Amino acid sequence: MSILAHVPAGSGQPASPPQTARSARYRFLPYLLLLPGAAWLLLFFAVPLVQLASASLYDPEGSLSTGYALTWAFGNYPTALQQYWPQFSRSFLYAGMALVLALLMGYPLAYAIAQKAGRWKNLLLVCVVAPMFTSFLVRTLAWKTILSDNGWLVGLLRDVHLLGPDGRLLATPIAVVLGLTYNFLPFLVLPLYASLERLDYRLLEAASDLYASPLKTFRRVTLPLSMPGLIAGTLLFFIPATGDYINAELLGTPNQYMIGNVIDSAFLVRLDYPQGAALSFLLMSAILAVVFVYLRRAGTEDVL
Amino acid sequence: MSRVSRWLAQHWVMGVALLVLGYLFLPIAVVAALSFNRPSSRLSYDFNEFTLDNWRNPCATSDMCDAVLRSAQIGFLATVAATALGTLMAFALVRHRFRGRSGLNVLIFLPMATPELVMGTSLLALFVAGGVPLGFWTIVIAHVMFCLSFVVVTVKARLAGMDRRLEEAAMDLYASEWQTFRRITLPLVLPGIVAAALLAFSLSFDDFIITNFNSGTTVTFPMYVWGAAQRGIPPQVNVIGTAMFAIALLLVLATMLRGRRARRSAITAAVPAPRAASRS
Amino acid sequence: MAQETPAGDLRLANLTKTFGPFTAVDDLSLTIAQGSFFALLGASGCGKTTTLRMIAGLEEPTSGQVLLGDRDIAGLRPYKRPVNTVFQSYALFPHLDIFENVAFGLRRRGIRSVDSQVREMLSLVQLDGYERRRPTQLSGGQQQRVALARALINHPQVLLLDEPLGALDLKLRRQMQIELKRIQTEVGITFVHVTHDQEEAMTMADTVAVMNAGRIEQLGAPADIYEFPATAFVANFLGQSNLIAGEVSGSNGDDTLVTARGARFSVPSARARADEGPVYLGVRPEKLHLAGAAVQVPAGSQHLEGTISDASYVGVSTQYLLRTSWGTELSVFVANSGTQQRFAVGERAVAYWDPRHAFLLGRRADEDDRTTPVLDQPVGASS
Ligand SMILES: Nc1ncnc2c1ncn2[C@@H]1O[C@H](COP(=O)(O)OP(=O)(O)OP(=O)(O)O)[C@@H](O)[C@H]1O
Ligand SMILES: [Mg+2]
Repeated sequence: MSILAHVPAGSGQPASPPQTARSARYRFLPYLLLLPGAAWLLLFFAVPLVQLASASLYDPEGSLSTGYALTWAFGNYPTALQQYWPQFSRSFLYAGMALVLALLMGYPLAYAIAQKAGRWKNLLLVCVVAPMFTSFLVRTLAWKTILSDNGWLVGLLRDVHLLGPDGRLLATPIAVVLGLTYNFLPFLVLPLYASLERLDYRLLEAASDLYASPLKTFRRVTLPLSMPGLIAGTLLFFIPATGDYINAELLGTPNQYMIGNVIDSAFLVRLDYPQGAALSFLLMSAILAVVFVYLRRAGTEDVL
Repeated sequence: MSRVSRWLAQHWVMGVALLVLGYLFLPIAVVAALSFNRPSSRLSYDFNEFTLDNWRNPCATSDMCDAVLRSAQIGFLATVAATALGTLMAFALVRHRFRGRSGLNVLIFLPMATPELVMGTSLLALFVAGGVPLGFWTIVIAHVMFCLSFVVVTVKARLAGMDRRLEEAAMDLYASEWQTFRRITLPLVLPGIVAAALLAFSLSFDDFIITNFNSGTTVTFPMYVWGAAQRGIPPQVNVIGTAMFAIALLLVLATMLRGRRARRSAITAAVPAPRAASRS
Repeated sequence: MAQETPAGDLRLANLTKTFGPFTAVDDLSLTIAQGSFFALLGASGCGKTTTLRMIAGLEEPTSGQVLLGDRDIAGLRPYKRPVNTVFQSYALFPHLDIFENVAFGLRRRGIRSVDSQVREMLSLVQLDGYERRRPTQLSGGQQQRVALARALINHPQVLLLDEPLGALDLKLRRQMQIELKRIQTEVGITFVHVTHDQEEAMTMADTVAVMNAGRIEQLGAPADIYEFPATAFVANFLGQSNLIAGEVSGSNGDDTLVTARGARFSVPSARARADEGPVYLGVRPEKLHLAGAAVQVPAGSQHLEGTISDASYVGVSTQYLLRTSWGTELSVFVANSGTQQRFAVGERAVAYWDPRHAFLLGRRADEDDRTTPVLDQPVGASS
């Protein structure tokens, strides 16, 4: 075929230069796209955090009316921690207990929807999400009704002697932990579902073929493969649960108050901004510390 | 006997799951029931007497309806702004390489890992320091801020799952950049954007903690409920709660049925979003 | 756009594409004549798709030019090029039905009445009645045909086909091959066709190029390449060859003399790619014949002795392996014409060939005999 020939090497014109005009436009495009959103986050998230950090170092003697002075009062931190240590540790305790409960309930639920539900899958998934559409506060108030001293639940528990004749649920740590568990359960279930759903059922069959015991199949196959969802879900549960104060307020008493209640009143009732800010920062650092230790141990850092 | 135990072994997970679902629905049932209740006294939460009055005039307490309306307005504004800004950011993050990318990812991730309380208080500190009067607009600003990250994450997930070769094929078939975006990219990413917007709206509509710090004297629906909880809740609150639940459920079911053919229903698109809903 | 100007030849000049440190296409230069059917063959990952993408405008060349006629189109956006692609992965638009997928290109060019054209196209690829289905509701082969229809309907000057028939069953593939060839000759579109199927490449293409690691190893008419491969890679990539390591030991008139394993062979100098140093003496399996003993070998033939180590009956032929004294197994294909002697495993036999059917290829000093085909290629196809 003589119509075909290699173009003699080197005879071509110099390589066509990259299209400078277009690539210049393309270089600026991402910054244009990012600018409004990033600016918003910087201005209304990052800057306020810095602001809060400096507020936490204000002279604790100041007040809203007399004004505050930035005196680098690092003492605010130990003082606040000392004063509110019970609430602080209680936040983590309650959130941790709620997390354990939520895992016990959420894992079977996510697993059942992902692997056992068949064509009911989507419907069940909707059922998990649906309760969230009823306002958070309204739901928590409903729990108050359910757990109330003359409600049917307490009556039932008293009848079967799980509660003493004067035993109560409302205004106890149980109520607060139950409320936390309830309110944040869907955030644990959904990411967990997402990773369990991707799990190939044949893997489980192959595993049961090889290991036989269902427990071992779970430990060696299901659990490791659902790890990303489990990690994401735990964090999404734990972070808001630790900072929550609605459940303690509505379902508990001051004896069950968490750090959120203290911060809330520092800002809105006592108007002690330096202390409120210091506590906010302590809470955030503690949560971030827990998150990072957790992610390290789980061996992954790109969950979210 | 062994048949029974085999059946149990196979179905206990489903059994537990149904129990948990029951737990999730228990308070909803209570809310729905109470919406038909004529309470015996202001502070009583017990079921007293069946009535349709609450449903017939849900606005009996007019300040409640004002609050619902205000929440809807705020939710709408915050949703539009957050969805627009967040979608642009998601496109930049998925489609372009640029400097400062990892820093930006941290900036987007952090609001989701920060307790709402801390965001609320820090914004309050900013507004107070800047002498900004608290009210409707400070609430909108705050809501856009905390919805933004969730929108970015949701749209990003959808966008990242999209096959670039579809856009290449469109360009190969004489579609200009704009036509490619309009005919291929946008329709394919739309479910993600819609899911993000729905999410943003529900986050905003239901937010209490951040709003509580930045609202001044403006009252949204959750704040109304909070205030009323101290004095005794009018049963109409339960009407609103039940109605919102019903509307959302119908909406989701409708999209599900419509989207059954095209497998990627709104639900699927929303799956990366759940993380999202963590704002109360 | 399409069909406005006579297309002219498609020329690639020093085309190079690097991904970081990796060179996917390495200084590629070739000319594809207008209206010809050009097939690009090569092992997986050798840069075929990348080459097509640069022609289509989906990948910016690191350096080099893409010329259509006299026009350098390397700077044009993909939608400005009179080039269409049938993608390796189909890339059908999942949110549009089959009709709209096929009509996409026409609509983008502002053509209003697309109905009859689309239907014609769909019946050409035997998908009448599938207009309103979504791509996910089609089988792999059906999707592939939609991809083909979607590109063909635009009558581009150059059609790039990235393994367009890979997912079709044999019968449908043959039909589509004939259909494609017919369309190509009728419309006079330049086809650049990437395929893994050598038979497909050889039967359809005017010109075949064999690519290896980003470079073109050989390019020419199918028969020329097959009969006289340029490199050991081509010799074993396209069909199968027995390559025996040897040294050039001199020349004798029009013949080049080769010493291999202590024996002397000759090859016409016109069929030698090297005239000194280490070489491969190559013979295709079907050019080898078997005889029971050296005395039966016809005059003028050259031969090697060995033991039959394997005989597989494949219908039209029997494929023998002949183990030589130094352990190399030669492939010998003997047509089952009924006149040939049958050999059993373990029998001694002599393989002989006409020196005019042998060829000489350059060889690196450390390379040994090569008789097995390149992996992932069907053995001895298109022989
Ligand atoms: N975007 C990219 N980034 C980095 N490497 C790439 C990219 N695209 C292709 N490559 C590499 O370039 C080489 C050539 O790829 P190409 O897709 O052209 O192969 P191919 O010949 O079409 O193979 P196949 O027959 O399997 O389709 C491969 O090694 C591939 O890994
Ligand atoms: Mg390829």
